[in-house]
Amino acid sequence: MTAALAASLSSQGHSFLSPTGVEIVFVLVGLAVLGAAVLTVSTSQLVHAALWLVVALGGLAIEYLLLTAEFIAWVQVLIYLGSVVVLVLFGLMLTRAPIGRSPDADSGNRWVALGLAVVAAGTLVTLVVDAFRCTWMDLPASGSTSVNGSTQANGEVLFRYWVLPFEALSVLLLAALVGAIVLSRRHREEG
Amino acid sequence: MTTALEALLRCVAVLVVFLTFPLVIGQTEHKVMAHMQGRLGPMYAGGFHGWAQLVADGVKFAQKEDIVPAGADRRIFQLAPAVALLPYLLVLIAIPVGPGGFVGQALDAGLFFVLAVMGIGVLGSLMAGWASANKFSLLGGVRSAAQLLAYELPMLLAAASVAMAAGTVSLTGILGAFHWWWVPWQIVGGFVFFTSGLAELQRPPFDMPVADSEIIFGAYTEYTGLRFALFLLSEYAGILVLCALTAVLFLGGWHGPLSADLGWLWTLLKTFALAFVVIWLRVTYPRLREDQLMRFAWTFLIPLALAQLALTGIVKVVIS
Repeated sequence: MTAALAASLSSQGHSFLSPTGVEIVFVLVGLAVLGAAVLTVSTSQLVHAALWLVVALGGLAIEYLLLTAEFIAWVQVLIYLGSVVVLVLFGLMLTRAPIGRSPDADSGNRWVALGLAVVAAGTLVTLVVDAFRCTWMDLPASGSTSVNGSTQANGEVLFRYWVLPFEALSVLLLAALVGAIVLSRRHREEG
Repeated sequence: MTTALEALLRCVAVLVVFLTFPLVIGQTEHKVMAHMQGRLGPMYAGGFHGWAQLVADGVKFAQKEDIVPAGADRRIFQLAPAVALLPYLLVLIAIPVGPGGFVGQALDAGLFFVLAVMGIGVLGSLMAGWASANKFSLLGGVRSAAQLLAYELPMLLAAASVAMAAGTVSLTGILGAFHWWWVPWQIVGGFVFFTSGLAELQRPPFDMPVADSEIIFGAYTEYTGLRFALFLLSEYAGILVLCALTAVLFLGGWHGPLSADLGWLWTLLKTFALAFVVIWLRVTYPRLREDQLMRFAWTFLIPLALAQLALTGIVKVVIS
């Protein structure tokens, strides 16, 4: 770890003034994600909001790919695009999803929400920028197995250092699952 | 420069496969159904064995007017066929055909990539079902979503079993670790994977979302002409992808006699044999009812997949 840190400190030739192609693409995709996210919350057509969410989450997957986190990128596609958004659309179609504008989709709290969003974004950006100000990670050549973000690297970290939180999370999810079953059963007996 | 050229060549090759193989499967379906059910129509066009039926179909679809219903959400209605079709093109890139780098692009997490991108295709059905402004379409869309959510889980579990056996999620890595006794060892997982894949493609006997006797043609009711043809094409591309994946994961892909030279031929043979089974199932099995469909997934396939996962784990611990 210290060797990697020393290597990253010794290679001081990095600069934001001469961006590489990957960095330019990263910023462009980031702008697209931001635009899609803004449209998600500002459009007054419910299903369009869900579909803009697809664009935003898919763009995030591309950002992960650009950061060589291939495994996380595919998990993002599998969980968020393949399941969460499908579930959202499923719920919308089961309840109400009119074509065209829904005037009651506008909230009266939009300025408060905007203020909160700006404050939260400001906090997060300040935190991340302050924490990783000038840290550069050198990526090993593609093809070697120890690429940061590869499936193997993720698996080793997850099941060696983070195995207890991982197991705790699975218990939490199991509890949520059982809770959902209990709630739906009670509902059926009453009806 | 040579790497860029090679990447371009590989992409073109995948595109050619994507444009031709689904049509071959479609033509095969015409002929097999005609033989199995004694249908005369598909055997007529062009003379010998009705070889021109596919061409005639293509001309027919291209000639039809492209209609968007007045009440529909225009842009989403028009975008839906592309969303349904393109994921299968992307998936084809990662499927290994033969040994020694005979693959569009070998991915580190290929199995995840393939399953994740395949799941996006259903968004096309959902968009089509909602944007058509038609209650039958909407019902079809809702049924597609429910079916996908139910069958995604056993499919992932079955695929996880193979990944566990091989100790990798790279498709080429899985084939590299393959031994012949994996076929009997993983056979239950293979059955679960193939069946839930059929359900995800909405192929008979799991075609509740397009049940023509109940909801006309589900999410695709309002589509005509080329856009409708694109939905049909996405179904055949889905069959190709599912069969190739089942062959790679559970039947050993390129492994077989003379696999060093003829590996690609083995992959193709296994894929098309499975595609034949898909067509065979369509002409022989009646459609499942919606509640039977859900019960089959949750009370039969998922326990089977979990049992396979446990078996894989036990054998893996014993032999290592």
